[in-house]
Amino acid sequence: MYKGGVEAIKGATLSIAPGDFFALLGPNGAGKTTLISILAGLTVKTSGSAEIFGTSIDTNHSLAKSYMGLVPQEFNFNIFEKVQDIVVNQAGYYGIPRSTALHDAEAILKELGLWEKCAEKAQKLSGGMKRRLMIARALIHHPQLLILDEPTAGVDVELRRSMWKFLRKINAEGTTIILTTHYLEEAEQLCRTVAVINRGEIVVHEPMQELLTRHDDKDLEDIFMELIEQK
Amino acid sequence: MDTNKTLIAYYTVVRKDVVRMLRLWKQTFFPSIVTAVLYFLVFGTFIGSRLPPIHGVSYIMFIVPGLVMMQVIMNAYSNTSTALFMAKFQRNLEEMLVSPMPEWVIIGGYVTAGIVRGCITGILVLGVGLFFTHITLYSIPLIMAAFILTCVLFSLGGFLNAMFAESFDSISIVPTFVLTPMTFLGGVFYSIQQFPPFWQTVSLANPVLYMVNVFRYGFLGTSDVNIWLAFGVLIGLITLFLILILWLFRRGVGLKT
Repeated sequence: MYKGGVEAIKGATLSIAPGDFFALLGPNGAGKTTLISILAGLTVKTSGSAEIFGTSIDTNHSLAKSYMGLVPQEFNFNIFEKVQDIVVNQAGYYGIPRSTALHDAEAILKELGLWEKCAEKAQKLSGGMKRRLMIARALIHHPQLLILDEPTAGVDVELRRSMWKFLRKINAEGTTIILTTHYLEEAEQLCRTVAVINRGEIVVHEPMQELLTRHDDKDLEDIFMELIEQK
Repeated sequence: MDTNKTLIAYYTVVRKDVVRMLRLWKQTFFPSIVTAVLYFLVFGTFIGSRLPPIHGVSYIMFIVPGLVMMQVIMNAYSNTSTALFMAKFQRNLEEMLVSPMPEWVIIGGYVTAGIVRGCITGILVLGVGLFFTHITLYSIPLIMAAFILTCVLFSLGGFLNAMFAESFDSISIVPTFVLTPMTFLGGVFYSIQQFPPFWQTVSLANPVLYMVNVFRYGFLGTSDVNIWLAFGVLIGLITLFLILILWLFRRGVGLKT
């Protein structure tokens, strides 16, 4: 509940299996980012409960947060900091020794094609590079859960495809992924489970394949529009 | 988080801000040196040489501790308020908020960085003072205690200011309209014993007076106020600010939605 009485999430109940690639879809203002922000500790919820791998975000928020990496919708790093420093400092906040962090940062930045820019200030990066930097930062502490809030917004097709490949790889290695996106084709391609949220309520929550089959194999975009209009 | 991880997280917060303040030395340390030179030159040398001694020492010797404290207060305060506000403004504070770091580590990290800046500035201004007069040391432990506690208090004050700040104006209003008058009226340039009894009593309501005087006592061995009362005021205000900040932080005031 926000100030002014706006109820952003209305009794939403969601359960995501470990190892899943989960799509959280909804129109703008549906409550996706609020839900993610509650899990990440950026928004203080007024009621309800949430657990990450069985750990309550209320009673043991420190442990719960240690499981999670967040790639937010908007760029939220210090643009005057160097790329490597942003990633290494993030590791420090999770208690990872600097020597280990420097080594791990090199590996993740190389994997995401940012190593050549490691000594550059973040403001010098292109939009796509900034997105990848946020992914590198979120993964530096090897989280079991990665939450991506519109990670491919404004990214060109080639880069989007390479990000899909990367996300599929880390999911195959065991990382649970929650993805919010407005590119429904992206969700259809990547995710095994889908939930649709509209005006703070979960209107659908089921395996992607079942949802598509149930709707006579229509595109996810058509199904999404039907669900939103019904509401 | 276990103790080792907590210490690494704390070190990271401090290191990040100390690197920032050192990188921006022209904005962080240099202005204080220029300001101190002007104060020592105008108030200490040009005007002070025509004034009678205060508490048995020359005027310039009398104002050295106050001028040091003035810069320490401003720097400790502005370091924390600027660093936290910029982190809020650019939203990179979220990097810390999503991490498992306890709130007190974030607060402690910012405050420690404020102490570092206050201490470096204080030493630099004291160094400048040596070019204008000699300095006596009455009690080094008292000087250190007053120095550190004042840095802690004003770093916490800056943190509190930044928590509520919603624009750049919000973090410049307090230093301009609150801290500057408080330091000027806090006995930096005079002894309150020169005032009529009524204004002496009014002056006692200014917390900066206690800090300046306890610091001056460490150098000169004289003070307008009881130094233990001064330490009591300092520790009391620090405790109050700390409890208030922790309480607000846990409720997400100014930092979370």
